[in-house]
Amino acid sequence: MGKDQGMMPWKEVPFGLYILEPGNSAEFKTGNWRSLRPVLDKEKCVKCGTCYIMCPDMCYDQQDEEGYYLVNLYYCKGCGICAAVCPKNAITMVMEEV
Amino acid sequence: MGKRVAKEVSIAIADAVKLARAEVIAAYPITPQTHIVEHLSELVANGELDAEYITVESEHSAISAALGAVATGARTFTSTSSQGLALMHEILFIAPALRLPVVMVVANRALSAPISIWNDHSDIMAQRDTGWIQLWAENGQEAVDLVIQAFRIAEDRNVMFPTIVNIDGFTLSHVIEPIELPDQEEVDAFLPAFKPKYKLDPRKPLTMGPVGIPEIYFEAKKAQDEAFKNTRRVILRVWKDWAQRFGREYHPVETYRTEDAEVVLLINGSLAETAMTAVDKMREQGKKVGLIRFRLWRPFPMQEFRKAVSKIPVLAVIDRALTPGGVGGPLGTEVRAALYNAARRPRVVNFIAGLGGRDITVEDFEEMADRAAFYLKKRPKEAYEMIGVRES
Ligand code: SF4
Ligand code: SF4
Repeated sequence: MGKDQGMMPWKEVPFGLYILEPGNSAEFKTGNWRSLRPVLDKEKCVKCGTCYIMCPDMCYDQQDEEGYYLVNLYYCKGCGICAAVCPKNAITMVMEEV
Repeated sequence: MGKRVAKEVSIAIADAVKLARAEVIAAYPITPQTHIVEHLSELVANGELDAEYITVESEHSAISAALGAVATGARTFTSTSSQGLALMHEILFIAPALRLPVVMVVANRALSAPISIWNDHSDIMAQRDTGWIQLWAENGQEAVDLVIQAFRIAEDRNVMFPTIVNIDGFTLSHVIEPIELPDQEEVDAFLPAFKPKYKLDPRKPLTMGPVGIPEIYFEAKKAQDEAFKNTRRVILRVWKDWAQRFGREYHPVETYRTEDAEVVLLINGSLAETAMTAVDKMREQGKKVGLIRFRLWRPFPMQEFRKAVSKIPVLAVIDRALTPGGVGGPLGTEVRAALYNAARRPRVVNFIAGLGGRDITVEDFEEMADRAAFYLKKRPKEAYEMIGVRES
């Protein structure tokens, strides 16, 4: 684990643990908490965007050129909500290999 | 030089806050702190002090508003007592962790129940571990001096910690004493404007108080603790500067007639002055008695304290707060812990006295000194003894 998760020695802790850079939460890696990974079956997907809307961590990117919503695994925590809400069962949660 | 005038100590404290040019005051009135904040509201209402006076509905809000104000870079003052301080409890931890240098005067008062508006130290001792710098005043002059110094200490860029000045409720807050208030120019020369490195400013956004997940919380606390211990240097420097400008000296541990003493009393706050009278009286009778009190209670002045007591045979620590079912009063417990690994240390006897406004007289101090002298030869059986409780 590294500094993308706020891991630093105490001497490098910012004053008062302030966050001095606005919006730097985007750098914070939450993806390695995940034990299950969402895998999309493009055959079944109807590009409705429910997964994009419902992901509590806004892990899905906006539609790509083909219209699909693709997950950003840097952030995805593997909660499975997207798979549960997908009307076409196009998302399967797959165990991460250790 | 300012003029020496007779003033109620609370009023003089408010005048000191004015001399410090406080910009925001957020406070809720509570006995015996009331006169301080009443007089400040008068000063603001009369246009004598150019400050924002925030009236709030509780002490929890008072300290919260104070933290918000100081976070924007405004010099901020608040004051409270007893139940009010207890109500501030959860916010008190946040101020030092976020390095927000509010200055607060606590007019020390007992905690309920039974309901008591009178003086002891149970309110402040319950806040010992909140991480504020803590100073003690014995008389009105010290209260005024310490309040002005507190702003300079707290707001120093190498400090940036909130600071409490303890004054005894009633026995100090409500007495009229001869006090020299420094001139405005003298205070201005001593106390520069508050210019924090970071502040809440919409033009330069930053976040204060984000969540500290397990991966960073511990490092943040270590950083806080180290920074807190390092405040010592600045505190000593500020006191040196004060002595040069105003001729009054302040030390982390104050001693009185301790050289060659066999028994030394230790008490914080205004009753140390009564203890001094007792020491003088006993010295006249040929008893080798002295007195020590903490000026600086947090961060604990380990070095100075150990040095001050290293040659003393018996130290009688007088607590004005109770730790029910504990191993002594808060002061006694801590003093014992501080000395446990010291190469040379006195025998420590712990007395609890003066709870809820009970007077501690010169005779009481004499009794404690005599009892402590008795323990020179014999180890005390009890962890602490109460003085002044009616047995029959
Ligand atoms: S598993 Fe949870 S966190 Fe990951 S993309 Fe789906 S909804 Fe978002
Ligand atoms: S919810 Fe299912 S069908 Fe809709 S876009 Fe997401 S994966 Fe495709």
